Amino acid sequence: MILLLTDGVPRRVLKLLAGLSLVLLAAPLAASDYLITVLILVLYFAYVGQAWNLMMGFAGQLSLGHALYVGLGAYAAAALYVHFGVGPWLGLWVAMASSAAVGATIGFLAFRFGVGGVYFAILTIAFAEFARIGFDHWGWLGGSAGLFLPVANYARNDILTLRGSPTMFYYVMLTMTAAAFVLCHALLRSRIGYYWLAIRESPDAAQALGIDIFRCKMVAVIISAAMTSLGGVLFAFYYNNLFPEQIFHISRSIELILGPIIGGIGTLAGPIVGAFLLSTLAEGLSEIMRWVGIDLPGIKQVFYGFCLLGVVLFLPDGVWPPLGRWLGLGREEGDRESGEGER
Amino acid sequence: MPAEIYLNVAVSGLLTGLVYGLMALGLSVIFGVVRIVNFAHGEMMTIAMYLAVALFSAYRLDPLAMLVPIAAVLFALGYVMQRGLINPFINRPEHSQFMLLVAAALIMVNALLIAFGPDARGVQTSYAFASYALGPLIVDATKAYAGLAAVTVAAGLFAFFRYTLIGKAIRACADNYAGALVVGLDVKRLYALTFAIGSACVGACGSMMVLLVDVTPPLGPTYTLLAFVIVITGGLGSMAGALLGGVLIGVTEALGGLLFTPSAKSMFTFAILVVVLLFRPQGLLGKRLT
Repeated sequence: MILLLTDGVPRRVLKLLAGLSLVLLAAPLAASDYLITVLILVLYFAYVGQAWNLMMGFAGQLSLGHALYVGLGAYAAAALYVHFGVGPWLGLWVAMASSAAVGATIGFLAFRFGVGGVYFAILTIAFAEFARIGFDHWGWLGGSAGLFLPVANYARNDILTLRGSPTMFYYVMLTMTAAAFVLCHALLRSRIGYYWLAIRESPDAAQALGIDIFRCKMVAVIISAAMTSLGGVLFAFYYNNLFPEQIFHISRSIELILGPIIGGIGTLAGPIVGAFLLSTLAEGLSEIMRWVGIDLPGIKQVFYGFCLLGVVLFLPDGVWPPLGRWLGLGREEGDRESGEGER
Repeated sequence: MPAEIYLNVAVSGLLTGLVYGLMALGLSVIFGVVRIVNFAHGEMMTIAMYLAVALFSAYRLDPLAMLVPIAAVLFALGYVMQRGLINPFINRPEHSQFMLLVAAALIMVNALLIAFGPDARGVQTSYAFASYALGPLIVDATKAYAGLAAVTVAAGLFAFFRYTLIGKAIRACADNYAGALVVGLDVKRLYALTFAIGSACVGACGSMMVLLVDVTPPLGPTYTLLAFVIVITGGLGSMAGALLGGVLIGVTEALGGLLFTPSAKSMFTFAILVVVLLFRPQGLLGKRLT
């Protein structure tokens, strides 16, 4: 199995990955509590970014409403836990199943009726907003007043009910991120992975070659939705509070896709590199602001915005493709040809 | 509830909808010609709204009287944005354009936050509580003026695109990009002009909108979204469609707020969008997608 996965991957890449895994595994030994919470967030964004990237970067379907699946997963698992005492390890199946069902519904409606491109993106926003307002008025789930999980007992790590210290969540999140990376790597080298890339580059040509593009796109949406909702489950049990206004909000959807876009859309390393870069940027800006002594609300976001502008202006394919080449890691299979002439 | 209430609410929704329609018109014009979805549309409107608020609180200038100067400022902003920022992105993939404008929107929202603070700001005009009685109908004066102004601006825009040479040239760019290049049109300049006109639209709309709602920096994304919904409902690239979509959404919001709770009113908006996207993806007045 492992041989199958690593087959054909350059040695340098494997060594680098092994080194990175070791550093990440050992991080809690040296890192402060604050740094751990930052790293959890980084890994969370790397994970959901990977899930989104599968749909957009591989299959070419732009979703701007992925907060929908995060929220559905979070609420499904949290509601089962709060109302019925069902633990997260059972709840996550319900979360994934319900998100996959919703994703399938959206995908079915859109792809059957030929809704694509910008229209599909807006449709995904519409469903996320619909859910936000709906959950705001759903009393059983706390409505706009929020749904709260019993607060974690930091003295003991209980992996079965996901109650415990940030360090425990760090390792859970790290496992999920690694698993998502391996899954996406495997998918990219599978038959459907090649179908996705073909559809992304040219749906018409793919269809002419006899690829069932409807089925392939549906599979992409369903896998992406289920993966994303798993991130939501963890989000719920880590933060212990859920507000529709926050979790389903469009800014969450945008936040989630910044990482893969900045890192490099359609690449396996992109979401991870992007999540690390953006968090470092945000933390670095806070640090600089504190150091300079400016305390204006919004000033940090303005700089953040300019940095994003800089990346999209000067690195149109994201940070990873040039960085990877510079590190001598070559191109990945999922790499997108440079975006010229896509009009 | 007596029927008059429904009628009153519907008329009020219709007038608000006209203002929404003008906002969407700006987005539609930009998309129809430049093929860029302006994800900073609502944010540009909040800039206009803050301009109106600032002018009002400093010099007691009525927002409706300031409509033209504010539109001119946004026109300039739009022109510069298209020339400096967006032009290189015209042939880039959608997600790249999206990122660019999201970054621009982020900067706008937070620059407004720095400049004006997080509190809601509004204007208190002398006619804020005036109304006209037309039989059983009671029409809010502010909304009537705003709706009228929106129709005037929209009519001016229709005339511009139909009768002026520049308007025709812009339509030519939208119809056939290569053809426009062949006959020697300066497409880059026309694109910048179009983006500027779309921005002026949203500027004019902002000076009306400030009469209807108080402005806060995070209002931007909400209106960006609303503009999308309207434009897609009406048909991307169709100018009449944008106005029709605006009215439809305005009336739906108003009646939805009356029949259910006001906080759930945008659910109906999104429900309409989903239905339209599924059964008529090109929008109510849009041309069939190819």
